[in-house]
Amino acid sequence: MILLSMIVILLVGGLLAWGAGHRSALASRWISLIAVSTDFVIGFIVWIRSAGHVDVLQQQAWLRELNWIWIPQFGVHFHLALDGLSLLLLMLTFLLGVTSVLASWTEIQDAVGFFHLNLLWVLAGIAGVFLAMDLFLFYFAWELMLVPMYFLIAIWGHERRVYAAAKFFIFTQLSGLLMLIAILAFYFAHHTATGIYTFEYTDLLGTPLSPHVAVWIMLGFFVAFAVKLPMFPLHTWLPDAHTEAPTAGSVVLAGLLLKTGAYGLLRFVMPLFPAAARTFAPVAMILAVVGILYGAILAFAQTDLKRLVAYTSVSHLGFVLLGIFAWNKLALQGAVITIICHGVSTGALFVLVGALQERLHTRELGRMSGLWETVPRLGGAGLFFALASMGLPGLGDFVGEFMILLGVYQKSRVLTAVAAVGILASTFYALKFVQYAFHGPNDHHWALPDLGVREAIIVTPMIVILLWLGLYPQPVFNTFNPAMETLQQHAGQTMQARRR
Amino acid sequence: MNGSDLFSLLPLVLIAGTSILVMLAIATWRKHWLTLCMTLVGIAAAFGSLWLVAPLAPRRVTPLLILDHYALFYFGLITAATFAIAILCYGYLQRHTETREELYVLLLVAALGSMVLVASSHFVSFFLGLEILSVALYAMSAYLHTRSRPLEAGIKYLILAGSSSAFLLFGMALIYAQLGTMDLFRLATLLPDAQNSPLVLGGLAFIVTGIGFKLGVVPFHLWAPDVYEGAPAPVTAFLATVSKGAIFALLLRYFYSSGAQHFRPVFVLFAIIAIASMLIGNLLALLQNNIKRILAYSSIAHMGYLIVAFEASSATASEAVAFYLVAYFITTIGAFGVVTVLSEEERDADTLEDYAGLFWRRPMLAGIFTLMLLSLAGIPVTAGFLAKFYVIAAGASAGIWALILILVISSVIGLFYYLRVVITMFAQVREEKLHAEPHAMGGNYVLVGLAILLVWLGVYPGPLLNVVRRVLPM
Repeated sequence: MILLSMIVILLVGGLLAWGAGHRSALASRWISLIAVSTDFVIGFIVWIRSAGHVDVLQQQAWLRELNWIWIPQFGVHFHLALDGLSLLLLMLTFLLGVTSVLASWTEIQDAVGFFHLNLLWVLAGIAGVFLAMDLFLFYFAWELMLVPMYFLIAIWGHERRVYAAAKFFIFTQLSGLLMLIAILAFYFAHHTATGIYTFEYTDLLGTPLSPHVAVWIMLGFFVAFAVKLPMFPLHTWLPDAHTEAPTAGSVVLAGLLLKTGAYGLLRFVMPLFPAAARTFAPVAMILAVVGILYGAILAFAQTDLKRLVAYTSVSHLGFVLLGIFAWNKLALQGAVITIICHGVSTGALFVLVGALQERLHTRELGRMSGLWETVPRLGGAGLFFALASMGLPGLGDFVGEFMILLGVYQKSRVLTAVAAVGILASTFYALKFVQYAFHGPNDHHWALPDLGVREAIIVTPMIVILLWLGLYPQPVFNTFNPAMETLQQHAGQTMQARRR
Repeated sequence: MNGSDLFSLLPLVLIAGTSILVMLAIATWRKHWLTLCMTLVGIAAAFGSLWLVAPLAPRRVTPLLILDHYALFYFGLITAATFAIAILCYGYLQRHTETREELYVLLLVAALGSMVLVASSHFVSFFLGLEILSVALYAMSAYLHTRSRPLEAGIKYLILAGSSSAFLLFGMALIYAQLGTMDLFRLATLLPDAQNSPLVLGGLAFIVTGIGFKLGVVPFHLWAPDVYEGAPAPVTAFLATVSKGAIFALLLRYFYSSGAQHFRPVFVLFAIIAIASMLIGNLLALLQNNIKRILAYSSIAHMGYLIVAFEASSATASEAVAFYLVAYFITTIGAFGVVTVLSEEERDADTLEDYAGLFWRRPMLAGIFTLMLLSLAGIPVTAGFLAKFYVIAAGASAGIWALILILVISSVIGLFYYLRVVITMFAQVREEKLHAEPHAMGGNYVLVGLAILLVWLGVYPGPLLNVVRRVLPM
């Protein structure tokens, strides 16, 4: 029930915020803030309680579970389940949710109620994706998060918002439909093999498939997740969508929507189709490495701050893809840590860029310089997150990327070496950002208000989290390790089932 | 024919009787609201009578009609849709014209024709039903006869529907010449042996041509956009839903019972029609600036999706078609309902500019229209999503991957124009045009009801699926 209530709080909170928006914008902001914070607190309580109680001996180590029959005619269940991986991603969702509500506090002035409706419903859809253990429900939530996101970009975005929103929607919708075909093909293949119609994740594990069919079905899933991730060369929607979206939209996109792609690979592609994924792994890993370098180089070439940050996502998520397809313990741990840290650090960077844009009304790096003089606190925060993004030891991103490289080294030394160059390249764009924006003489004579209390409240916890993950990540490892081991076990069992 | 035979015709009798009563009432006492009330009561009674008749089904009444669960399900769908459209007509006619009452007679007659179609088991009742429906539709399309557009639409529909009926008749004649029967059940037993006879194949081709015209599928679609644009908005809603739905139900019954869709040439013919309808319908919709034309091309594409399910030819496929038609009816009536409610006195609200910034002026209406468009695009939470899911599932179970892939690609193309309309409604309009908002007169309630139904079916389809499961042709 607690899982359902988390989603329902967001859905109902959104409706209330919409209703309140007609009378008072402030009420609508507060309602949203309270709704998301409540979810965060609930998630935190679940986490604290779960610490230590993890039972490794059990087959399915769900921390919480809810399983209702939904559409019996199709064998569809309303099945939500929580393990360590989902829990961490949920915590990230609610943290960035609070961040987005706070970040839009002064930025959004039109149709405030409707804005918060969309924002909370995106978050609800994302939470649904992280919790769904029925493929039909998963697809339902997967599509559900798109529509509000589309509205967030198309209504409250910047100059080319309509173009960017349509591009985003069409990319994700096309890939989503391919996944739907794959889901259905899998559903019928399972029926031919066992005589049972089911979308249930745990039942579908270990379905014997002929290698040929498995590859096609796997590709259907993979394309949907790769577009979201985004993997080179399917990333072209990302810079546009990130750039045109309002701050909250960018935070949710970069921090959460991209992670649903990584989550899908971890949860579905690898355990359900291990053999097919293994044959496909070299291609995916090469594309991942290309994405790492390509993203870093393009980020360096941008003069629009938001585009710069957007391209860094392509680079960082390339690491995640690399780690997932390496599929060993070290690389997977690294991938999960990178997912979390990238969500926090990129989310924070988008908040800072949004804060700059609100003050300067531009995102052009060329029109900024010497901002440190007038906004030292904002500059300091910018420097911190830029350093985190380039992988400075002691901060979370470093831990993740380092572990990925360690894991990948066991698979391929060449790819490791090339990917390591990507870390080097990241120093260029991170330093370019700091240098062009904050250092140098204040030629334009900007005199701006520094980071306010509200913005400080957003940024401070993010700094703390990155430091924590950089210095003492063990509690997080403890949370997701059992879940990852289960996933690896499933993959192994599925392999054996197919060999038989 | 005995008493219970007659009793099982009750829905048809009620609709026919209502139309006569309404006609007499108009002749003596012209009152718009009274006419509407009589119409609604009659339709509601016919809908209610379905439960009385259901225990008797399936039952063959004369060689002409078969009243099985399949027919009763579509009776329900047709009467419910006619009910909603009648209410939409009220506000529309109140604003647009002085001669209002006759439209209801035509509406009832058209509904009667559609019901005969879905229950027909003989070429004669097939043709009779079709003509009853078509003749009523000619008059309905040209109902606002003082304007040029509706007249053009009426004439165009008259000529093309007339020639398509001729094709149909010729096809029936060819099959009769070869097999010597017009009874559906006799045909079903004879057809499989005669599938290589050129006369039969030729006859089937002509019948497909005739039906294709009525469904408005490519390459027989040329009338659709013009007629949709010209006809009054509620009439267009009827044309797009009840008339097409009834013909599709009949197509499914005739082909499934005879197994004709398994013949190689017929399968290929339908595959080509489906692919062409999906792609051309969606591509041409991209070029339109008129809402009614956009919806016309979108309905061409939707007929293509339905044919994909038809091609799957299994029990799942027939369920998918039934579910899809329900979703399509709700959505299309909802969409044209919004057009109806927004229409001003001189013209229908059919250009994109009429919808610019609608969300900020009338959030409720814009929200409903958005829901309808998202349902047409097949986005979750709406019935349209489950309908598309069902169709893809039917296709996947039959393994017709090429058709499914084209369905997916074309529905992504479709997204472009649905989103274009949606985003127009949310655009911020600087100079606020201050024109008096027309009063909807009950239309709003219909729209809210449809929106609730749409979401309900999208989230909790179980009950409808149970009904649909029992609805099988034969």
